Amino acid sequence: MASAKPRIKVPKSAAKGEVIEIKTLISHKMETGLRKDKDGKVIPRQIINKFTCSFNDKLIFSSDWHPAVSANPYMSFHIRATESGKLDFSWHDDNGETYSKSADLTVA
Amino acid sequence: MSRMESPSQVSRRHVLVLTGAAAAAAGAGLLPGIALADKAGVEAAIRKAVGGATLQSGRITLELPQIAENGNTVPIGIEVDSPMTGSDYVKSVHIFAEGNPNPEVASIHFTPTNGIAKASTRMRLLKTQNVVAVAEMSDGSVYREAVEVKVTIGGCGG
Repeated sequence: MASAKPRIKVPKSAAKGEVIEIKTLISHKMETGLRKDKDGKVIPRQIINKFTCSFNDKLIFSSDWHPAVSANPYMSFHIRATESGKLDFSWHDDNGETYSKSADLTVA
Repeated sequence: MSRMESPSQVSRRHVLVLTGAAAAAAGAGLLPGIALADKAGVEAAIRKAVGGATLQSGRITLELPQIAENGNTVPIGIEVDSPMTGSDYVKSVHIFAEGNPNPEVASIHFTPTNGIAKASTRMRLLKTQNVVAVAEMSDGSVYREAVEVKVTIGGCGG
């Protein structure tokens, strides 16, 4: 799943103290490890098991995912904008790969 | 229920019951040999996540459809009532499903920077079941909320 494509939606700017919503989505099949192929062989599990978000290198939000999280996992959450900075998002795949994306937030 | 039914009515009921059982078995056949989580499984998973804390009610709002047509992607929103300050905030919310192959769905970890303890995602539900959310506060208190979701077409292998 080297083609996992992360997408994020972050407001470009926010007022100081404002709580803003952040939306994230990544293309990934989230293979549960419970399905069988047509020959009856179990298709091995391969999911994104962890999602993290840091602001100016400080972890501010994370989530552990199990196979019950849908394919192309979506996650939305909020942050209180106190200063301008950089948001870093990472998705950790069972296969050891990490997919990343970042965004700048300007606080007026 | 009347016990004065004629034999023909009883046998008709039996036929209906058997048909239902066969349909359920066919549904289960999608995932042969996989045991499903249940209330006890979720209870054990909750204990694993939060230890022996008392589960209080309130503070959690769960946003889930009453009826999910497609169990492969059921939107879930959670919000926990909290000031989200440095000394009083929601640490984690764990989501469980009583009728999936595994009880765990996701654990969400907040910090005071989040401003509000509110998040949403999408989950798989194999069949009609209760979805349970458990919230751990920074002071060690724990809250629990559950909502039943009716699933029309189950998500395979959630």
